[in-house]
Amino acid sequence: MTRLRLGIDVGGTNTDAVIVDDAGSVIAAAKTPTTPEPLDGIRAVMAQVIAGLDKASITQVMLGTTHPANAIIQRKGLDKVGILRLSAPASYSVRPGAAWPADLHAMVIGPTAIVHGGFEYDGREISPLDPAEIRAFAAECRGKVSAIAVSCAFSPASFDHELRAEAILREELGDSVAISLSHQVASLGLLEREDATALNAALLSVSRAVVDGLRGAMAEHGLPAVAYLTQNDGTLMTVEQAVKFPILTIGSGPTNSMRGACALAGISDALVMDVGGTSTDVGILIDGFPRESAAAIEVGGVRTNFRMPDLISIGLGGGTIVRGAGDAVAVGPDSVGYRVSTDALIMGGSTVTLSDVSTKAGRLAGMGDASLAAGMDQAMVDAAMRWVDEQIQTLCDRMKASHADVPLIAVGGGSHLVPAHVDGVSAVIKPPHFAVANAYGAAIAEASGDVDRVYRYDSSSREACLEDAKQLAIENAVRAGADPALVRITAVAEIPMSYVPGGGCRVQVKAAGPLAS
Amino acid sequence: MRTIGLDDIDDLALGAMLLGTGGGGDAHIAKLMVKQAIEDHGPIRIMSPSELPQDGLVVTAAIIGAPTVILEKIPSGKEFINAVKATAQYLGKEPVAIMPIEVGGMNTLIPLAVANELGLPVIDADSMRRAFPQIEMTVFTLHGIPAAPMAVADEKGNLCIFEAITNQVAEDLARGAVIRLGMANAISCYPMTVAQVHKYGIQGSMSYCTDLGRHLAAVQRGEQGAYDKFLTFAEARKLFTGKVIDLDRRTTSGFARGTVILEDLKDPSKLARIEIQNEYLVAYVNDVPLVSAPDLISLLDHETARPILTEALRYGQRLDLIGMPCAPEWDQPGMLDIVGPRAFGYDMDYTPFRGAKA
Repeated sequence: MTRLRLGIDVGGTNTDAVIVDDAGSVIAAAKTPTTPEPLDGIRAVMAQVIAGLDKASITQVMLGTTHPANAIIQRKGLDKVGILRLSAPASYSVRPGAAWPADLHAMVIGPTAIVHGGFEYDGREISPLDPAEIRAFAAECRGKVSAIAVSCAFSPASFDHELRAEAILREELGDSVAISLSHQVASLGLLEREDATALNAALLSVSRAVVDGLRGAMAEHGLPAVAYLTQNDGTLMTVEQAVKFPILTIGSGPTNSMRGACALAGISDALVMDVGGTSTDVGILIDGFPRESAAAIEVGGVRTNFRMPDLISIGLGGGTIVRGAGDAVAVGPDSVGYRVSTDALIMGGSTVTLSDVSTKAGRLAGMGDASLAAGMDQAMVDAAMRWVDEQIQTLCDRMKASHADVPLIAVGGGSHLVPAHVDGVSAVIKPPHFAVANAYGAAIAEASGDVDRVYRYDSSSREACLEDAKQLAIENAVRAGADPALVRITAVAEIPMSYVPGGGCRVQVKAAGPLAS
Repeated sequence: MRTIGLDDIDDLALGAMLLGTGGGGDAHIAKLMVKQAIEDHGPIRIMSPSELPQDGLVVTAAIIGAPTVILEKIPSGKEFINAVKATAQYLGKEPVAIMPIEVGGMNTLIPLAVANELGLPVIDADSMRRAFPQIEMTVFTLHGIPAAPMAVADEKGNLCIFEAITNQVAEDLARGAVIRLGMANAISCYPMTVAQVHKYGIQGSMSYCTDLGRHLAAVQRGEQGAYDKFLTFAEARKLFTGKVIDLDRRTTSGFARGTVILEDLKDPSKLARIEIQNEYLVAYVNDVPLVSAPDLISLLDHETARPILTEALRYGQRLDLIGMPCAPEWDQPGMLDIVGPRAFGYDMDYTPFRGAKA
């Protein structure tokens, strides 16, 4: 029997779904508008896409969703969180929540405390854990918060104190609060990790609702499949994990889009350009994964240390407004956006947009009435298209990692604007089904495991340390569901620690592999 | 006198990141420390040496350790107070002001938090007006002012006072102590009089750093003409715009060394190379050295004008290479012996960098 996967992506505008078989072929695809209550859209698109299929053949369901990100951005549905930091007497100089915007702080952060505990860079304790302090904090939180975030100095390397603190909080508070531990959420950088853990704790009700909704929709449609959510890095978490770690799903949209586009085109290394109605995003995929941004990522105004795809955005899209005549043309940056379907010349409107220019230039066909663009000034059309081509050329140059030619994959409703030839680009590819690239990216997502910790190259050799890190990453990936036979290392980074004697080095390793069947 | 309140901290921190020349730690944590200090104790007074009693004691306060460790072990605040008080007690004299040892990186901001808690002003001067990796790399060393007596303290209450026969020995002693004290510690050194600061220090550093940050913030906001104004103010020049195509990092004898190579965005035959030892120390364009220590090299993100720390360098980043002359107070006999290119192991002659004059 063929095994099928159902990928769903809930975006700002549309909810997409796609059914993919073992070979990666698209069996069915559907698109509906995202509904005010997003689970309605999920139910609707699910009904469309599974119509006529044997439900038992759908073995896995993957969801990528903007729910948690929107909850933070719109400050809606967030839980009250207590923050317990284990690091005293270090770190008193920056209180928990110090870098949060005032409105989010007031809404989310309840009692906070910095108590004794935590570790030095070399694994010694900063101070022993003091259970009485933790019990006092629990008493302060009782009845006031629905979740507690626990952070601890150097917990990515030594997480014993976080586990013990969790046990003490459980003794005091039972199951009345959820607990998020920082070493399970994010990597080195205490403040950013603590903030990410607190945001994670604040999202637990939201994630519970998403997962319950997804399971409900699946039950309604009689789908017995295993359910997953996609993470920021384009890999999967089981819904059981996703309920506990919603913060790890907040940036999955662009990643799914890029990975989906590349997979639809059948390549793993390429520039990916998503041309929408208002803007164009370009990113680059290396070995099937997006290159990550080095800049700190802000989520709802809070600085975190998550890795997100490195994207450049410019104001260029199908609805971008074109002004002027002859050679004196100004393009954008404003756009008619979704109103392109009524306001553009070819749709009977009176605004000159890049969709009209593209129609007259022969790049866009099949939208509206081309004859309505026939009377446009040819010099103006040429000038506007020259501008478009220059912008796309510059975007490709800026994003490329080297001057070797790479393919360019163009997706999105405005991708007709991308010229057939770009310097430094080996081929311009517009893959089939590109309209559902996000959902496809979710459907083909793999399981992964990460390691980010400090090794000392003097106590064992560099090779032994790297081997240890790789092994741990592989174990984590297999635990997350990757096929042990197919799991591979996808990234290794070593960051030497200046001034630390004995070859202290931060090692980051990621492993990924397709889901075990 | 000028005061620094919450509204000024972002500009000061941005200027500090630029003057960090890729090192000096992430000013973000120090910025949060100062914000908390201002919330708890009010705005901070910055005073020039002429506004203070000339025979008054000035002590420095700084963080010492590894930037990557500081990201995990945030200071208590108490370690700086203890180091300053221990120095004062050792000398039997109360300080009248706190001085930053380096205006560049985290140590630009930390003295503000310390001074505020002690109810003291910060003196508008320093000994580097950029970041350097070692204690003896100061204009004070050029004038024979000793770094010792020097206090090194941790957040738990452990503390040592050192006497040292040279500033190089002081560096060795302090570095040895912090390895045992957790690599994120407080140091107070170069105690001196206001008159000495006035005569031998780099004047107006804190004001300069704030103004520099304000100019760079305008660039980041995309204000018309801001980039040129920023370059003019800093007497700087943009030397190259390119993409990171090679990055070689290694740690030798405790210092992160490396090389980063940029390729011109338009012409792949044009390359820039920057040598790194905690900070960016030498910059070449097409193999011609254009800037070297003690002059300043900064790498700014091409799109956002954000200064990029050496730890944050990544393959494919698009960067502007900026050269800036060092503070004029560096121009003293002996400068090249402690902070010239050969002091860092680069076999090349130093040519002073000349940027755009105001």
